[in-house]
Amino acid sequence: MPNPGPIVGTSPLRKEGFGKVTGHAQYVDDIVLPGMWHGATVRSTIARGRITSITFDPAVDWAQFCVVTAAEIPGENTIVHLTRDHPCLAAEFINHPAEPILLIAHPDKAALHAAVAAVKIAYEEQPGVFTIEDSEAGACAEGETQNPDVSKIIWDGAAHGGSANTFKTFVMRSGDDAAEHDAALAAAFAGADLVVEGEYRTGAQEQLYIENNGVIAEVTRAADGAIESVTVSGSMQCPYYLVHALTLVFGLPAEKCRVIQTETGGAFGGKEDFPSVIGSHAALLAAKCGHPVKMTYDRAEDLIATTKRHPSRTRHRTAVSRDGKLLAGEIEVVIDGGAYSTLSPVVLSRATIHAPGPYHWPHLTVRAKAMATNVAPHGAFRGFGAPQSLFAMERHMDKIARTLGLMPEELRRRNLLGTGMKTATGQHLSDPVDMKGMLTRALKETDYHAKRAEFDRTNGSATVKRGIGFATFLHGSGFTGSGERRLNSLVKVELMRDGRPRVLVSSTEFGQGTNTILCQVCAQTLRVPYEDVLIAQPDTAVVPNSGPTVASRTAMIVGKLVERASQHLLTMLAPYLTFPDPTADFDYSSACEVPAGYSPTDFKRAALAYLKQHGALTAEARYEAPGNIFWDDDKYKGEAYPTYAWAVYVAEVAVDTLTYAATVTDFYALQEVGKVIHPVLAKGQIEGGVAQGIGYALYEKCVYLDGLMRNNQMTNYIMPTSADLPPIRVAFEEVPSIHGPQGAKGIGELPMDGPAPAILNAIEHATGISFTEIPLLPEDIFERMTRVADAGSDDLNAVDRDTRSEVRA
Amino acid sequence: MSAIRLRVNGAEYAIAVPPMKRLLDVLREDLKLTGAKEGCGEGECGSCSVLMARGGQCAELVNSCLIPVLQAESAEITTIEGLAPKDAAKLHPIQQCFLEHGGAQCGICTPGMILATHHLLAKNPHPTLAQIQEGLAGNLCRCTGYMRIFEAVEAVGRAVK
Repeated sequence: MPNPGPIVGTSPLRKEGFGKVTGHAQYVDDIVLPGMWHGATVRSTIARGRITSITFDPAVDWAQFCVVTAAEIPGENTIVHLTRDHPCLAAEFINHPAEPILLIAHPDKAALHAAVAAVKIAYEEQPGVFTIEDSEAGACAEGETQNPDVSKIIWDGAAHGGSANTFKTFVMRSGDDAAEHDAALAAAFAGADLVVEGEYRTGAQEQLYIENNGVIAEVTRAADGAIESVTVSGSMQCPYYLVHALTLVFGLPAEKCRVIQTETGGAFGGKEDFPSVIGSHAALLAAKCGHPVKMTYDRAEDLIATTKRHPSRTRHRTAVSRDGKLLAGEIEVVIDGGAYSTLSPVVLSRATIHAPGPYHWPHLTVRAKAMATNVAPHGAFRGFGAPQSLFAMERHMDKIARTLGLMPEELRRRNLLGTGMKTATGQHLSDPVDMKGMLTRALKETDYHAKRAEFDRTNGSATVKRGIGFATFLHGSGFTGSGERRLNSLVKVELMRDGRPRVLVSSTEFGQGTNTILCQVCAQTLRVPYEDVLIAQPDTAVVPNSGPTVASRTAMIVGKLVERASQHLLTMLAPYLTFPDPTADFDYSSACEVPAGYSPTDFKRAALAYLKQHGALTAEARYEAPGNIFWDDDKYKGEAYPTYAWAVYVAEVAVDTLTYAATVTDFYALQEVGKVIHPVLAKGQIEGGVAQGIGYALYEKCVYLDGLMRNNQMTNYIMPTSADLPPIRVAFEEVPSIHGPQGAKGIGELPMDGPAPAILNAIEHATGISFTEIPLLPEDIFERMTRVADAGSDDLNAVDRDTRSEVRA
Repeated sequence: MSAIRLRVNGAEYAIAVPPMKRLLDVLREDLKLTGAKEGCGEGECGSCSVLMARGGQCAELVNSCLIPVLQAESAEITTIEGLAPKDAAKLHPIQQCFLEHGGAQCGICTPGMILATHHLLAKNPHPTLAQIQEGLAGNLCRCTGYMRIFEAVEAVGRAVK
């Protein structure tokens, strides 16, 4: 058998693709276990208050049902994430609409709807806090001494590492010494030619995976009735997160809690933290009723109860020189975390670090906070805070350019980070970074300058106004700060009985291509055909904890571990590779070094010989932080990410001044992501992310009333269809990074960051109106375009007046 | 309960179910054909799409979550499982092109999307991009941004010249 040649960098068929195109892939709702019951959730109908009574309608024969209350939780009543403020079931206090209070199971799913409706819960209601501003009224901001409005305190921070209504705060200073930095920053503002201010807002966004959240739980008991094991199978990203949650809810050691990922129909972050909730609920029901219990939400329940992207408000105050140099900046990033802390502190951290964009700031302070509101907790969604703060940065850059009378391109050129420069956290960019070259390429390939001139010329009296805009941005690969060190991920590669290698990871496939790319890396390292490499279903009884499948970390961090584990496997097999000269001194631990003439047949022969002698072979690799990466959590300084992906996205839009609809008519996405492992999958990732970004900008609005999402249907929460999207043209530049296998970096979240600001920048070009908030629906454009200017002014940007640039003499 | 006769993927079924039971649930629960998925339950997402033909006429693409099973009686239903037999070594060209061009990511919309493609190509074997966009607009995909799917559909057109 000849060597398979390069595998990484080619596009073999998706590992689990056959089952998907034939309809045989088993998603959780396709699985039926013998004797299985179905579970449902009784939810609060108020946003904030106290439960005063729960009554069960006697018309229902409750003996047929299994009911679980908070009091029956065997362990701790909490869904653990970073804190333990989030109850598994509300026991007394309600903090958001649709909060779980009771669980009900029955053999017949159809019986559940009426049973849920037959539970009557009475409340003592309190006024809810639904906006960032309302929440701030109950908080005591840093340095402030005035008493907050105690009636608006909805989250007691003291017990959970925060302060009143404030889950987390960060202050990021570009300088080393806080006092010196603050003085230098103030001086830079005082001496600047111009100070430009702006406020930018982003809304909640639903992940809208087409498969709703769902799980099946099974509980076994010993002869004495004690729980022996809890097993949850289902749609999820992070099996070990759910293991952790179950250990607390049941008070069991981790080895008694087993979690299995079934085929997962989309996730995008929406199945990062939430499976801990629904998984715990189903397991509680299974423990009580003695049957396997399936819980699957329908769309309406999934939309009101599960996490969404954090809404945000970002304020910029920027000192610039007349020639377009950023001299100093103050950025305030605030995210709405919903009722419980969940992942908000880490979402906020990524938002904070990405807030300065891909620019060099001589003096910069970013202040960030995550606030509590009486809304279902917001959580992970592709981009994880970065789309929010980068939207603000890239809109603000266009505002600064306009204020200075510079082209948006020129302003960025004068401030872009490059090789050898330092980010705002003090990270030295040692890998080559060529954002200026990428900007040139992107604007050339989109014919940006010619189009800009053409639209300027033709827009005047046109009904449909056209515009072109872009965004330049970066996205950190892997966990933020010291996250990867803490995760301490482990990967294994084992030999099957027939000599084929099998990858063992808890990293999950939910469409991005995890199975495929990790097998490619293993195959490439072992020089065996891609088709010969297997990957285990993520089952915590079988696979080690390779960390959660989040944060653009799988290709880079886990891929590197798969590469290293494969190298270890090869090293262990080396004595059995009998050809051509066993005494030759080859370095099998290097991915590049195998003897000339080595072939997959040799691998198989060696594998079988090893197994015959030893019975089994498993090689492993554990994460080791590279020696040059340090992060100081206290000072919030250092290498925030091992490396970054860089991008320039260009959008062309048409704004119809009769219907007020804005449409993206062309989209170009250029990114530098290190080695592209699988070009077809990589393009698919970018295109899918861009489509979600277009939805984020122009279509997807979560309409809340009293904290409850009211448009909780696909009929009225609108995501782009095939007819709504422009051509999405994807281009890659590949600068290999030492942190990933064969030089790969993270790719998954990046495409979520750029579309919204690029599109709104293009809309400003088309209309002359500076929109500062997304989603931007036709009704929002209508409201603004039909607004009458104040007397003596032709400026329609009236609401911006208080934050408008102040031009110094 | 009503006695219903159904013809699905060429096989005859006689079942006793409530007449208003959704075709989707009959397929999934009674016939154990789980390729059709429920994404929204209100005919928006298309992941439950199946082909339904009557009296030898060209098959229509329907949302099986909106069809009471009584309405499907005497019609010829094709689900994803009927496109290529489970043990077949060869996939249907549409399935093969979706696999090769990255038209399936998470796979949950894929059965419906492939049947929508089948429906589109049966009417128009060589659609333009705009016709593909229009033809698939009733089937939502959250993963791909549709571009890989368009490529897959165009590839089918080329494969069956």
